[in-house]
Amino acid sequence: MTVLMAVVAAILCGCGTYLVLGRQLSRVVIGIGLMGHGANILLVFAGGDGGSPAFVGGDIDDFADPLPQALILTAIVITFGVIAFLLALAFRSWQVTADDEVEDDVEDRRIARQSHESPDGGNGS
Amino acid sequence: MNALLSLPILLPLLGAALSIGAGRSRPAQRVIGVVTLTAIAVSSVMLLVRVDRDGVASVQSGGWSAPVGITLVADRLAAIMLVIAVLMLLAVLLYAIGQPGAESNHVGFHPVYLVLSAGVAATFLTGDLFNLFVAFEVMLMASYVLITLGGRADQVRSGMTYVVISLLASTLFLITLGFVYGSTGTVNLADLSSKIADLPSGVRSSLAVLLIVVFGIKAAIFPLFFWLPDSYPTAPTPVTAVFAGLLTKVGVYALIRSQTLLFPSATRPGTLLLVVAALTMVIGVLGAIAQNDIKRILSFHIVSQIGYMVMGLGLFTVAGLAGAVLYIIHHIVVKTTLFLVAGLVEQRAGTGQLARIAGLARVEPLLALLFLLPALSLAGIPPFSGFVAKLALVEAGLEAEQYVVVGVSLAVSLLTLFSMTKIWANGFWGLPQTVDRPAEEVGRSGRALMFGATAALAGLSIAIAVASGPLYELSERAARDLVDPSAYIRSVLGS
Repeated sequence: MTVLMAVVAAILCGCGTYLVLGRQLSRVVIGIGLMGHGANILLVFAGGDGGSPAFVGGDIDDFADPLPQALILTAIVITFGVIAFLLALAFRSWQVTADDEVEDDVEDRRIARQSHESPDGGNGS
Repeated sequence: MNALLSLPILLPLLGAALSIGAGRSRPAQRVIGVVTLTAIAVSSVMLLVRVDRDGVASVQSGGWSAPVGITLVADRLAAIMLVIAVLMLLAVLLYAIGQPGAESNHVGFHPVYLVLSAGVAATFLTGDLFNLFVAFEVMLMASYVLITLGGRADQVRSGMTYVVISLLASTLFLITLGFVYGSTGTVNLADLSSKIADLPSGVRSSLAVLLIVVFGIKAAIFPLFFWLPDSYPTAPTPVTAVFAGLLTKVGVYALIRSQTLLFPSATRPGTLLLVVAALTMVIGVLGAIAQNDIKRILSFHIVSQIGYMVMGLGLFTVAGLAGAVLYIIHHIVVKTTLFLVAGLVEQRAGTGQLARIAGLARVEPLLALLFLLPALSLAGIPPFSGFVAKLALVEAGLEAEQYVVVGVSLAVSLLTLFSMTKIWANGFWGLPQTVDRPAEEVGRSGRALMFGATAALAGLSIAIAVASGPLYELSERAARDLVDPSAYIRSVLGS
């Protein structure tokens, strides 16, 4: 089970990485979400295989480790909040540029161009 | 003692809640913000005095004992960082109140700023790797809002880069946490310190490298720095100043904490860190030389300066770490001052582009003086604080016989001076130019606040230079705690 879940986490992180590398904001947001899921699965299975519910009776030796579950609960809430913010930001970006793409840093491009044009590096004066 | 440890986290959160409630009245929000930060400043100075006198202090919140409960720990490093961070946050808040723009136009500025303070304090005081993640998230979430405050097109573009990079680092942190928990069964830092030592060396090194990458992205070390000069300059000045002074240094703090506490001394990745440090210094300063905008020059300098701190860490000696701590203290103050001055220049000249400003020294002699002091300090000219900090690092490097990295650090100092001269010669010397657009209207009291806050920080930087003897001894005591973390572990686990 743990091995299977490790594979699932790897696939999720892989797909997430692929999407994040794109230039479209909607893809980036989905990619971040997938990677978050991958990390959460990894974290919950770091506690070992499942078992019976903790603290509600039963044998102590059969308990599933409750700590990773508490940890991912926190992590899921955080990821949720951040993705909501990211979506709002992507929407704002669409409002001001009418486009879904991440643009280049204008100033950076300008300086790179400048150093190609003038061999002394050009300090703009 | 319990209260002193939890106040820096609880007070700003309480202040943020009150500040949201007082959203309709900007004066009330201002009072809440300033009072809260002053209170934390007092309590963190008391904490530093206590910790320096009595040794490491720890609190188990909720009454659960160490490896299970939520641990807050303050050793000398954490207390020093807390004091300097809070003083800086307070000065920048005063500056923000004086400056027309971010603070007066947005209801959310004060609450979010206080949440940021709480996140920073929690990062310094937590004794738990998972709570470090949570504290980082609190701090980052607040920083996402601050960096995009205003929602202009360029802010959204650069903010997007910043948010996505930070999110990737957080996800990687979470994955690392999974590995750490999977291999040791605990996330308490003190508990990890003994358990990681028992792991096979392969697992141990991969955990060390993963943590370096995670915190390296936040600290903007080579080659993970590219997001910083892109995203910082577009934010409102007070926000950029806080980010420049504080956020990357929080990354450096986490780097120092994790590498010294978690991994046994024989297996620390010293050489790797020294190589990274040298490259960070060189690439950062070369990037700065190529830029034409004051804020962008300063942003690249942050990267370069991070290299010095990592160099101190990479030496893994008492002298090296003491140098790194002293350097962080100096850097937080000086860098913030420089960004505040850059904001004043933009205010006066209407732009930060060096080609379009000149002769500020004649129009605004006070501003020129306020730029000159921290700029010379950043380059490491005696008798300023930068000289003291760099001297400590260079001596530590020579003592550890790491001549290459020492040579690189000295050469980079020269290049730093060169790029500071570029700002000085272009922006401050020469005949005053007619400004492109009239400077924004600033009232007399607003102007006094902005100059006052900047001058206070510049004065603090000089005070650091004057008090460098006692400060170095304090840093050395902090470094001794770091090299031998047994007192830290004893305080948390209580055995």
